[in-house]
Amino acid sequence: MSPIDARAAITRAHHEEWARVVASLAKRFSDLDIAEEAAAEAFATAVERWPADGVPPNPGAWLTTTANHKAIDRIRREHKRVDKHREALMLTDDDPPEPLGAIDDDRLRLIFTCCHPALAMEARVALTLRMVGGLTVPEIARGFLVQESTMGQRITRAKGKIAAAGIPYRVPYTRDLPARISGVLAVLFLVFNEGYLATGSDTDPVRADLTAEAIRLTRLIRTLLPDDGEVAGLLAVMLLTEARRPARVSADGELVPLGEQDRGAWDEALIAEGHRLVRDRLDSGAPPGRYQLLAAINAVHTDALDARDTDWSQVVALYDQLVRLDPSPIVALNRGIAVAELEGPDAALEVIDPLGNALDGYHAFHATRAELLRRLERREEARTAYDRAIALAGNTAETAYLSRRRDELS
Amino acid sequence: MQYLVSVIDDRSNSGTPEEMVAIDHFNDRLRAGGHWVFAAGLAAPSTSTVIDGRGEHPVFTDGPFIESKEHMAGFWIIDAPDLDVALGLMAEGSKACNRRLEVRPILAA
Repeated sequence: MSPIDARAAITRAHHEEWARVVASLAKRFSDLDIAEEAAAEAFATAVERWPADGVPPNPGAWLTTTANHKAIDRIRREHKRVDKHREALMLTDDDPPEPLGAIDDDRLRLIFTCCHPALAMEARVALTLRMVGGLTVPEIARGFLVQESTMGQRITRAKGKIAAAGIPYRVPYTRDLPARISGVLAVLFLVFNEGYLATGSDTDPVRADLTAEAIRLTRLIRTLLPDDGEVAGLLAVMLLTEARRPARVSADGELVPLGEQDRGAWDEALIAEGHRLVRDRLDSGAPPGRYQLLAAINAVHTDALDARDTDWSQVVALYDQLVRLDPSPIVALNRGIAVAELEGPDAALEVIDPLGNALDGYHAFHATRAELLRRLERREEARTAYDRAIALAGNTAETAYLSRRRDELS
Repeated sequence: MQYLVSVIDDRSNSGTPEEMVAIDHFNDRLRAGGHWVFAAGLAAPSTSTVIDGRGEHPVFTDGPFIESKEHMAGFWIIDAPDLDVALGLMAEGSKACNRRLEVRPILAA
């Protein structure tokens, strides 16, 4: 076994098995700290052993067993804190890994624990990326533009609250499930969006690792809750958005707006899968929720082979529905962008300008105004709006695009 | 495990007769479900006294240890297997007493 093969196997195992190992240990020991550290030790042992001994036939089982032993060693070392319950776990339950279905349930339980409503939203996102996604603390800190120590404390504090406040390791009761799923989906959407419009001057404008992780976790939720329309809707939004990723940043690192993208570069397989999900939801006849409407809007965009063929009246109609469900100013702004295509920039400005109070600190508000003012030949006002948008935008590709548009005005 | 549930209020002795009836009903359900440990209302924060007995002579200070617009107007101590159960119960408790609640775990003895 060459060291390179072993390293590739470890990378693959980390991607595929991390969450399962952590989840099965969390279930057994009811302690996220022990689960996480034992999993990390098991992977470290794999890095030492696999290049010499070869990759075991079932890497997941090897890692779970090794992590279990590491956890028991750790509990023994901390013997003064061992209670009867944990002693009992150390003596029993040293079984071979469970069948796949049960382990998948463990992962779902882990997601719901990390996304518990008693945790702050930022802690839920961080904990999900760490425990379920297997991202390192420095990676998460970089993604969210905070100091590594700050992110470390945030995760430690969240794990501490889970243990001390008695947040359970389980999928919530049926009656609580709809409310709890919406929190989980919100976390996964945040993770996806952070990947799709990554912030930071030295960060890639698109972080495919984060978008892929969000899609993987949403797929997992979907296999376990196949009848939930909003889960399907969110997955469709992610797939239809991810499909456009290859066309979204130009060779010189500039954001390419939807209307100017090379549609031939879009990922056909992802679009087909996203459209299928949207159609299935329409066929169900159930009233669509927020993510299903967003998915339908994305489906209209990806349906048009040429940007000029976009059915803007359909897009506006879908946004009208979305505004009723989610009256946030950001939804109203996006509706305004569609109104501009259907009724022209004057009508759109009338929709958008009143949002200024709520959205003054949001780069997309100023970028949208800048483009509309530009179309109306109000060049000075457009320039001011571009300046404001550039000052607020955190994404390098977006800053590059806005700067060029502003400079074209002179 | 046990949780201390604080009742958050910005007035004192503000419970209405309807609220007292709803709270009594809710307490009966806590008892029936085996979750009841103890509960009580508290007199106004202006009636409290802070003691510092760490020095040679104890020092008594009039008023609560922290001044704030809102204060703890009463509390429950409940028994629940985990936070989800505690939150589910006290969501009903909040409705019954018509006030916001803070749920905080009590450290295991």
